[in-house]
Amino acid sequence: MIPALTIENLSKVYGDGFVALKGISLEVQQGDFFAMLGPNGAGKSTTIGIICSLVAKTAGKVSVFEVDIDKDFAAAKKYIGIVPQEFNFNQFEKALDIVINQAGYYGLPRELARERAEKYLKALGLWEKRDVPTRMLSGGMKRRLMIARALVHEPKLLILDEPTAGVDIEMRRSMWDFLKKINAQGTTIILTTHYLEEAEALCRHIAIINKGEIVEHSSIKDLLRRLQREVFILDCLEELPESVTISDFVARRVDSHTLEVEVEKGQYINQVFDELDRQGIHISSMRNRANRLEEMFVNLVEGAA
Amino acid sequence: MTLAEQYVALSTIVRKEIKRYLRIWTQTLLPSAITMSLYFVIFGTLIGSRIGEMGGFTYMQFVVPGLIMMAIVTNSYSNVVSSFFGSKFNNSVEELLVSPTPNYIILLGYVIGGISRGMLVAVVVTIVSLFFTHLHIHSYFVVVVIVLMTSTLFALAGFINAVFANNFDDISIIPTFVLTPLIYLGGVFYSMELLPDFWAGVSRLNPLVYVVNAFRYGVLGVSDVSLPLAFGMIGLFTVLAFAYSMHLLNSGTRLRQ
Ligand SMILES: Nc1ncnc2c1ncn2[C@@H]1O[C@H](COP(=O)(O)OP(=O)(O)O)[C@@H](O)[C@H]1O
Ligand SMILES: [Mg+2]
Repeated sequence: MIPALTIENLSKVYGDGFVALKGISLEVQQGDFFAMLGPNGAGKSTTIGIICSLVAKTAGKVSVFEVDIDKDFAAAKKYIGIVPQEFNFNQFEKALDIVINQAGYYGLPRELARERAEKYLKALGLWEKRDVPTRMLSGGMKRRLMIARALVHEPKLLILDEPTAGVDIEMRRSMWDFLKKINAQGTTIILTTHYLEEAEALCRHIAIINKGEIVEHSSIKDLLRRLQREVFILDCLEELPESVTISDFVARRVDSHTLEVEVEKGQYINQVFDELDRQGIHISSMRNRANRLEEMFVNLVEGAA
Repeated sequence: MTLAEQYVALSTIVRKEIKRYLRIWTQTLLPSAITMSLYFVIFGTLIGSRIGEMGGFTYMQFVVPGLIMMAIVTNSYSNVVSSFFGSKFNNSVEELLVSPTPNYIILLGYVIGGISRGMLVAVVVTIVSLFFTHLHIHSYFVVVVIVLMTSTLFALAGFINAVFANNFDDISIIPTFVLTPLIYLGGVFYSMELLPDFWAGVSRLNPLVYVVNAFRYGVLGVSDVSLPLAFGMIGLFTVLAFAYSMHLLNSGTRLRQ
């Protein structure tokens, strides 16, 4: 199976000299539900802007379903549906016109465009509002309108930039359900968010981006497991043997008198002591190593607040 | 995109453009009809009768072609400048930029939108003029070709203005300080014969002179400049404006960050 999105060494320097992306690489598999998590200003929207051509990249390579955007941007664009962070439709136009016109820009014949517009406006609960000038719609409706507009050409890859920002909790849930359904039907989804909770509820894989760099790229499960793991540094009285094993735990010999032990949620530190006792190793002191991920999250949350 | 898809995209843009100016017809169509009626009343009927003949025609007959052309120029220009700037301003231009629609289709769509408004207003103004004078067309061919070329040229000019505009002031500066003077000095109200040689020479640098005179030839059969020269100049300006517009779109100037 070919990847839905491949980004290699992508960098972006804005006109004013600001370096927004410092050579990021990531890959999203077909069918995945992928989160890009990061605080404000991390470079999420910049990345998405480059993928869908609203931002010119400085260097690097982007491929959508193995179509290089530098070689055949039109073909790549057909695969993508984009829901931007800010409202970007004419608020004097009606919802129905906006969606039908978007279909036209993808070359869908008028009749088909109408059918699709009806299908997606209904799916997003906007059909009753189809003839209302869009400036009269609520924030949540406007955001759903942008989702309908992004889906009208039935893209294989749907990209949403902070789709639930400013959307109330109830609406957020129903939007989550809708996205899960679309994903189950085969659409690859990438969304950006600064809520870990949202990524956890929806996504299988995640990239964490901060200050223009990818600091994590893994599965959500793996990430959560590592978030809940604590690492203790033990100073030992005796000189340690070349290799130390503690059953059920991951232990690492740092130097002749120092040991590192990982303790997962649900495990007891007592067990570590018992085991070491049996091996004749005595602990003089102990501290826990700063959890890099956790620190990062504290920063992320502060950044987002 | 296949040709069929490109045609769909083009007709979508054109339809949207036409719908836009029809929806706000009191701002887009009505002002020209009123202004031109006033011109006809004042210059044609009230003052015109005192002026006597101009270029071998009654003054009314002489000014009508120029005034129709003035309506075409201002309407095709302002349609594109306000519509494209508006879509930049509310970011809805991104709807087109993220789509596979090629740049020349985007440009063509806006230009056809501008042309259609120029033509529609021309028809309205022509009908109004029939209340004041009878119109006899000397050459339909020249009339149609000149109207098409001129509205294309000024739609493109409006597009270029919109690309560079940062605010609503920027889209009225050029029409007020450049376009209107060029139109007034382009021989709408007088024949070049009235000018001293020096100013007649300077006038030949003004594209509107060619536009107004070629159109007057099409209607009345007289012109201050030679017809092939007029066609050549308008054609040249149009090609340059088109090439520059395409360059702006392809390089993403002021559109992509
Ligand atoms: N047009 C621009 N010119 C200069 N800097 C920009 C521009 N757009 C965004 N930036 C900067 O680039 C950084 C990344 O922005 P963005 O990609 O929008 O972040 P995010 O979406 O993760 O919040 C921010 O520091 C922002 O200020
Ligand atoms: Mg953003």
